[in-house]
Amino acid sequence: MKGKNQQLKAGSFVVQWEFILLMIFVLFNFFMSFTHSNYLRVTNLFDTTFIFSEKALVALIMTFIIITGNIDISVASMMGLSSVVLATLFRAGMNIWLASLVGLGVGTFCGFLNGFIITRVRLPALIITLANFSFYRGIAYVILGDEAVGGFPDAFLYLGRGYIGNSPIPFILVFFIVLAVIAGIILHRTKFGRTIYAIGWNEHTCYASGIPVDRIKLLLFTVSGFMAGLAAVFITSRIGNTRPNIATGFELEIITIVILGGVMITGGVGKMWGVVLSIFLVGTIRYGLGLHNIPGQYMLIVTGSLLIISILMNNLIVNYVEARYLRAMAALEQGEELPAEPPEKKGGDR
Amino acid sequence: MSKRTGRSVFARFAGLRELGIFIFLVAVVVIISVRSPVFLTLDNIHDIGLDAAILAIVAVGEMMVILTGGIDISVGSGIGLSGMIVALIIMNHWGIPPLVAVFMGTAVGGVLGMINGVLVVKARIPPIITTLGTMSIYRGVTFIINYTINKGKWVAADRFAPAFRTFTRDTFFLVPNLILITIIIYIIFYYFLNHTVTGRKIYAVGSNPDGARFAGINVSKIMFLPYLLTGMLVGTGGVLWVSRYTSAQTDAAQGFEFMVITAVVIGGVKVTGGSGSIIGILLGSILIGVINNALNLVRVSPFWKLAINGFIILMAVIVDKYIQESVNKTLLERRKI
Repeated sequence: MKGKNQQLKAGSFVVQWEFILLMIFVLFNFFMSFTHSNYLRVTNLFDTTFIFSEKALVALIMTFIIITGNIDISVASMMGLSSVVLATLFRAGMNIWLASLVGLGVGTFCGFLNGFIITRVRLPALIITLANFSFYRGIAYVILGDEAVGGFPDAFLYLGRGYIGNSPIPFILVFFIVLAVIAGIILHRTKFGRTIYAIGWNEHTCYASGIPVDRIKLLLFTVSGFMAGLAAVFITSRIGNTRPNIATGFELEIITIVILGGVMITGGVGKMWGVVLSIFLVGTIRYGLGLHNIPGQYMLIVTGSLLIISILMNNLIVNYVEARYLRAMAALEQGEELPAEPPEKKGGDR
Repeated sequence: MSKRTGRSVFARFAGLRELGIFIFLVAVVVIISVRSPVFLTLDNIHDIGLDAAILAIVAVGEMMVILTGGIDISVGSGIGLSGMIVALIIMNHWGIPPLVAVFMGTAVGGVLGMINGVLVVKARIPPIITTLGTMSIYRGVTFIINYTINKGKWVAADRFAPAFRTFTRDTFFLVPNLILITIIIYIIFYYFLNHTVTGRKIYAVGSNPDGARFAGINVSKIMFLPYLLTGMLVGTGGVLWVSRYTSAQTDAAQGFEFMVITAVVIGGVKVTGGSGSIIGILLGSILIGVINNALNLVRVSPFWKLAINGFIILMAVIVDKYIQESVNKTLLERRKI
């Protein structure tokens, strides 16, 4: 009987979403490396991380938010607003680092406002962040109109463009990896992380068992604003100037990355390393298309299709695992004993 | 006795939603007409009508999707794509009557809507994810079709037959065609949603899917229908959009989905599904048309539009929530007695 249970476990690892993602990632890069002689060049590969590092930073916190069963659509608008505030203050003569700090603060406040309305008025995060999506972006337009601000000092530009010493490793990549490890530890190795999953599975039960659900949600949305502010500093530095429409449409890519990384949109399921893998997968796909001179508009189709196909495959896998599990359970019930371990949660490890 | 007063209080609260929007609308109109004498001229009202019409048409579909507890954010891209496809067809066939072109749009949009519907209902992908995906897919396809057939240029006014160019503005018994089409669509859907069994089933599924299933309603069929109908309305709106602005562009109606959702939410449709009326969204669309028009008349910079729209939708959902709560409270109090 125990053997059967273990078989089931081994089987469920093979169909784990993250595992499939890893295979796709390896195969994609394997085949792409034959299509272009420069594909595997180290400097190219490192440089391509510049394009998605800001999105990756926000994707980390978006993972937490989606695991709790919420969503934050306003992240890109918060990035835009923070960036515009930063640049406007800089243009008005403020020290760039102080201006960055204020921009960060504005992002954090926007996130706090999201969380505050969501927890106080008790409306779906989708609608509130959708409203603030245009509200924050609108304020960015009000502040800067159709102007662009640039001319930042070199020290500031280093943040988004610089490398570590003389190596080809970008500063922002290292920064991201450190944050990703911290986020992974928080999500998978702390009590707080378990609470996040619990809220995703059943918010009401969590509330009833004394978990401060509202405070956690407020915290997550505030951190989301903070990360958006941080991403804004990096993207402003990387591009070197800012306009009110900076980072438009990033929310779609960020959500796509998180969902593709195996986080279930209904909450409760997902792993940090899946999301990190998906960040690099989406990044290399974009890099591959770029290397072959395929127009950026195709990327829209690729992103959209990836999003839909990943969920479609995921649904199929969940169905398969569930059917397997039910069959195994039925087989076990034929014998005398029930399985010693509790059943995996429904739709568990994809 | 107490029961009767309780009910009347409840009835007052329930009817408040549309009345509230109406009063707000009247207040806005009065304030603006004081500030700007041009506002209440026939020409300007005509313009507001034309501006709000496409919004109102698409809002009907969006409302039905939201009634079932879903959301469709691919409508803007749908307008762009169906408008582009039809524009590319009719630019070489000037003989096609405008009304036929509109129906071609309906068909194209129907296909787009069907794709959404199948993904949501058959593949069980959450509506927000499905339409987030199709939003970028449809937009990408618009770019590519335009790029391959038209070398990435606009389909500009001189490529269309004169009849199509002026179609939305031409009048039929003094009413512009666009407004006439909107009115016809509203009459059809008013009847459909309030007086047909299928229409009522949409409300039933939205307010309690499990209950609806136990009541013998084919929930997946009813869930599919709003996406199909939204697609058809979006396609219709897409061609009307091309005619109204006499050009088909790849970025047409970008961000339009948020306007539509704003209109629907201001119109009092509950974002979690199951409740909302077609009169409400008509008023909501008109309100948005009036506000956008007024911002121009009062010379507010266009950069404010987005922020104001966002602020309005935020206020609308919050106020709506408190109205809901007071209705529920009234209901509870009535039960206590």
